[in-house]
Amino acid sequence: MEALKDMTAKAMKRLHDQAAQADRPMAFMEVCGTHTMSVFRSGLRSLLPDNVTLLSGPGCPVCVTAQSDIDMLIALACDHDVTICTYGDMIRVPGARGSLEQARGDGADVRVVYSSMDAVDIAIHEPDRQVVFAAVGFETTAPATAAAIDRAMKLKLDNFAALASHKLVMPAVGALIDGGDVQVDGFLLPGHVSVIIGWEIYKPIPEKYGLPCVVGGFEDEQLAVAMADLVQMVRKGEPGLVNQYPQAVSAEGNLFAQQVLERVFEPQDVPWRGLGVIPKSGLELRPEYAQFDAKVKFGLERPPDQEPKGCRCGEVITGGVTPAECVLFDNGCTPTHPIGPCMVSSEGTCQAWFKYHRVKINAQRKTRAQRMTAGEVTV
Amino acid sequence: MTTAPSKPIDGTPGSKVKRAAGPRGRVTLAHGGGGQLTDELIHDAILPRLGNSLLNGLLDSAYLPATGDEKLAMTIDSYVVQPWKFPGGDIGRLAVCGTVNDLAVCGGEPMGIALGLILAEGFEMSAVHEVLDSIAKAGQEAGVPVVTGDTKVVGRGQSDGIYITTAGVGRVSKRMNLSPERIQPGDVIIVNGPVGEHGLAVMLEREMPQVKSVLRSDAAPLNGLIKALMSDVPDVLFMRDATRSGLAGVACDLARDTGWRVTLDESRVPVRPEAQHAADMLGLDPLEVANEGKVVAVVRPYEADAAIKAMRQHPLGREAGVIGHVEGVADGLCELRTMIGGRRIIQKPYGEQLPRIC
Repeated sequence: MEALKDMTAKAMKRLHDQAAQADRPMAFMEVCGTHTMSVFRSGLRSLLPDNVTLLSGPGCPVCVTAQSDIDMLIALACDHDVTICTYGDMIRVPGARGSLEQARGDGADVRVVYSSMDAVDIAIHEPDRQVVFAAVGFETTAPATAAAIDRAMKLKLDNFAALASHKLVMPAVGALIDGGDVQVDGFLLPGHVSVIIGWEIYKPIPEKYGLPCVVGGFEDEQLAVAMADLVQMVRKGEPGLVNQYPQAVSAEGNLFAQQVLERVFEPQDVPWRGLGVIPKSGLELRPEYAQFDAKVKFGLERPPDQEPKGCRCGEVITGGVTPAECVLFDNGCTPTHPIGPCMVSSEGTCQAWFKYHRVKINAQRKTRAQRMTAGEVTV
Repeated sequence: MTTAPSKPIDGTPGSKVKRAAGPRGRVTLAHGGGGQLTDELIHDAILPRLGNSLLNGLLDSAYLPATGDEKLAMTIDSYVVQPWKFPGGDIGRLAVCGTVNDLAVCGGEPMGIALGLILAEGFEMSAVHEVLDSIAKAGQEAGVPVVTGDTKVVGRGQSDGIYITTAGVGRVSKRMNLSPERIQPGDVIIVNGPVGEHGLAVMLEREMPQVKSVLRSDAAPLNGLIKALMSDVPDVLFMRDATRSGLAGVACDLARDTGWRVTLDESRVPVRPEAQHAADMLGLDPLEVANEGKVVAVVRPYEADAAIKAMRQHPLGREAGVIGHVEGVADGLCELRTMIGGRRIIQKPYGEQLPRIC
């Protein structure tokens, strides 16, 4: 514990030294929701050098899921009387017809599950119900969806299907850089996703785009080391690819998981919240698995993606604007009543900002403590 | 006597209670989660219709006027926990401890408990007996009898097993002066032991019953511990049992109600490894989940040592310690000093505990 603290302190010192020597503002982006959470939990942002900014990119699975995906789930729940099984965060994301949480309040059968296998279990135990698993997330959760579909196939379950909205990290990073809207000096790459896909896949980031990147773990010390590496590479002008999570991440990744993914899914052009359609950036079920594809099974057409009026979550997750620049922020859109997904998810940038923004809200309300400080009342 | 300030929620400044323009939507599970949406339900629906000087304080127990040197504290709580039995307790133990603790943190010595049982048709009779045994045992531990009760049975499908409501009355010395209004910068925040264990034990049992863990609910009657504390440190400023919304909820309410910044020190907030492990698996924060045997107390800094000593002499306070303090910054925020010396804001949980995806 003490040793770890020393290592964290050492890495933080290197981070500050390098940033001071670089003597120019630099911005990095993390593209993993768990990094967003770990950074937030550790309080790392409050300890970053003044000239270093860490932006939260499109790494929160909830935040990048297109509204049309939510709308299809709601349609299944409300119009087709289907039991929807979903990971927790998803149920509060508003679609065109409200959220899954509201649908549940209206009588739809929406259940929170911890894994895709729980959804299969529900289908087994309730053969009279049609069960659809809301399959969201990156390469971390996609293998579990594939395994669930494999199991359903083996069991010949005719009441289980998945609405696949899985996303791939690397196409999004490429699109972000190619799009040119995002000005970042490097990337903090996701530890968990890289366990599956390996670190070699990121080579184009330094080689083609000339940007440094580090695959990082989630502990305080690992985050500090990754940030120090990024700043150091920028200062030296030597962009490279560093794996700071070697205990879990190999060059080629988990080949078994990749094979499972390859067998069940195929890459397709899919819409991302706020980013539009990115070529080959999502995973859809292969035609051989059509019987488990909720879109095919229930004849769903993807509705047009009409994002909430004024919502700028898309620009927030690309680092284009800060949440405070969105007109809805704290003006109709709050964690209690979210409009955009970045306010829904505990990993969302807007929700994290809101927590700090409350300073301002509280400042407007004159509290007893403030009156006391001003000498208006005494203890 | 209800001197505590009313609790403003975002958009409801000061003590003014705003009536909602008109009820919209439907009840969601989060309305019952004890978080922000519960606050909204209370402020938008309940207080505009039922508010009065005794209710508006929204304390764990209301103080009723009585004659002589005492006043009465009164409280009520309902229990709908799923599953009804979990490691370290069951719904019966919970129903007694919750009500005893709500009285105790308001300085009340529990006198008697009223018990309402709602049973579902088809619920196992052996389970009913088990729950009643558990109620009896918890009542003995707390030294509080069940003095009246009611039983109803609802048809299969209308309810799910067993629900319990308990109400309690306790006597409070008129000299008792527990109020967040008296809290000032420098005051010290104490908790009697590791946090998060009840909520995590229940969630683990419900969501991942296949996982074997030594984690147990901390459900326990706190009146003995609190009596020991108050007899050594009569001038405790404020107490709250950290139930739904957990330590985070209590700390945020404290900051909001006093208007001062409340700072917690992560390295001093006790969390057992098995609780942290369960929280990581479930995607939850141990600070945000329910406790049923933890009291958060605020005392003057010069009384902190005496308070901790008094608590540690009681079996339920062996791991008591200072976890934070009130700062002279008038922003009403709750902040956590993290392990690495960073800072982050703690926010009152939204309501329903929603696990993160990955």
